[in-house]
Amino acid sequence: MRAARKLAWVETKLLVREPLTLVFSFGFPLVMLFVLAEVFGNSVEGRDEPTFRNVGAIDYYVPAYVALVIASIGLVSLPVHLAAYRERGILRRLRASELELRSLLAAHALVSLALAALTSFVMAAVAFAVYGNALPESWLGVIAVAVLISLTFTAIGVLLGLLIPTARVAQIVGLILFFVMMLISGAGPPPEVMSGPLRVIADGLPLTYGIRLIQDPWLGFAWDGRALLVTVGFLLAAAALALRPIRSR
Amino acid sequence: MTAAIHVNELRKRYGETVAVDGLSFSVESGEIFGLIGPNGSGKTTTVECVQGLRERDGGEVSVLGLDPASQRPALGPRIGCQLQEAALPDRIKVWEALDLFASLAQRPADWQELLEQWGLSKKRDASFANLSGGQRQRLFVALAFVNQPEIVFLDEMTTGLDPSARREAWRLIEEIRKRGTTVVLVTHFMDEAERLCDRVGVVLAGRLVALDTPARLAQAHGGQTRVLFGCADNDLGWLERVEGVSAIYRRGTKVEVNGSGPVLVHVAAGLAARGIVPPDLRVEQPSLEDAFLALTERGGET
Repeated sequence: MRAARKLAWVETKLLVREPLTLVFSFGFPLVMLFVLAEVFGNSVEGRDEPTFRNVGAIDYYVPAYVALVIASIGLVSLPVHLAAYRERGILRRLRASELELRSLLAAHALVSLALAALTSFVMAAVAFAVYGNALPESWLGVIAVAVLISLTFTAIGVLLGLLIPTARVAQIVGLILFFVMMLISGAGPPPEVMSGPLRVIADGLPLTYGIRLIQDPWLGFAWDGRALLVTVGFLLAAAALALRPIRSR
Repeated sequence: MTAAIHVNELRKRYGETVAVDGLSFSVESGEIFGLIGPNGSGKTTTVECVQGLRERDGGEVSVLGLDPASQRPALGPRIGCQLQEAALPDRIKVWEALDLFASLAQRPADWQELLEQWGLSKKRDASFANLSGGQRQRLFVALAFVNQPEIVFLDEMTTGLDPSARREAWRLIEEIRKRGTTVVLVTHFMDEAERLCDRVGVVLAGRLVALDTPARLAQAHGGQTRVLFGCADNDLGWLERVEGVSAIYRRGTKVEVNGSGPVLVHVAAGLAARGIVPPDLRVEQPSLEDAFLALTERGGET
């Protein structure tokens, strides 16, 4: 336990020493928010057809981006980190000193998710201050969903990191998954304007459900039981698949 | 003395390639045991199987009475390792690495002391990425001692070190042995094995082809002792009858006598008895390197 705490602290310091990662993590959601606000505004008036689930565009996008930031950790940060550690022999050295893989994964996931929470908070605060967007109707609901999708994407990230042999491949695969999910899972064009085939693809992606799940308590909609079940299903499937390679290593 | 490590018929293959092919040896507690061999001969695989970092395919291994394959959690805290290929995160600082690995240890050493011993005090706050090859190497060796191990495995410990750092590393290893730590040393530097090791195993193509003290290996496989001197006297036929002499070569006034055992003493005595006192009499003893080259050229046929 002492080792895991020490490792989490070291990982935090390592993260802070990567200025580019930090700039990207904080800058990316803010820049996207600015662009989206300039394009769509946050008003519901003057729409021909219902889009953005009938709320203001910024009200729609802020929770969607919280889910997206969490997804980016599972799709890019964790697999690249894990693959790089393995590729370079860092993992071997740590494991030769009795550091268990799960402590390493837990430490890294914890640090990344703390960063995600921080960037989400900053984004929501800026959106509230500048665009007057909605704050969560149910804080408890939003936090519960954030924890659930964090677990789901952590499991997916661990699975990807264990399966993908090199950091370069992990980066390419991760970024493709990230951008595909970003564009069609609801963090890009609103779901209402998407074609039938795109919706079918979106229905197979975990982020689609993550975004819907976190928007509901944020915007005061009713819980979506199906999205909840599917997300838990993704979590259990990824965790079960990741468990074998973790044990065998 | 009890055996700290016992290896019997160890086997390991990677796909079709046989890396270790029935290797057996024992390491006594408190000794410095060396493994030498050409690149790719299976030395590293062997020590990694012995440490439980790789699963073996066959044979028995016992380290401190434990099986590294099934009892690695109990064994791990009692051994230290420096891997041939390892890395740390680029931006971790030297002191942070030592502090982190000390926190993983059950009986952590004073890492400040290790920092000084291994000449890293000035690099305390340097990032891993900014260390030179030799500094990284010294950091990894220091990390091998951070859990106060009973046995330490050093795989090409002095690769990348400059000559003075190598000498310093040797001095530290000798000091560590005095404290009773058993050392398993994988190296391709013959002078290092000769200087440090109590016994050396020669590994060729996954098999142990020779195992003895460096001196006895040199004697048994390194060819003959050569006694050299200058002498204008043409009548040296008596040398052939001197005990231990096997061949005599002459080039002008230069004489080379080949032989085995204490041939130098007998030749010198014979020379003195005949009033021949060459001022340039010298002897070339076969070294571990000669033995190693002879063994590798023979391809292990003993």
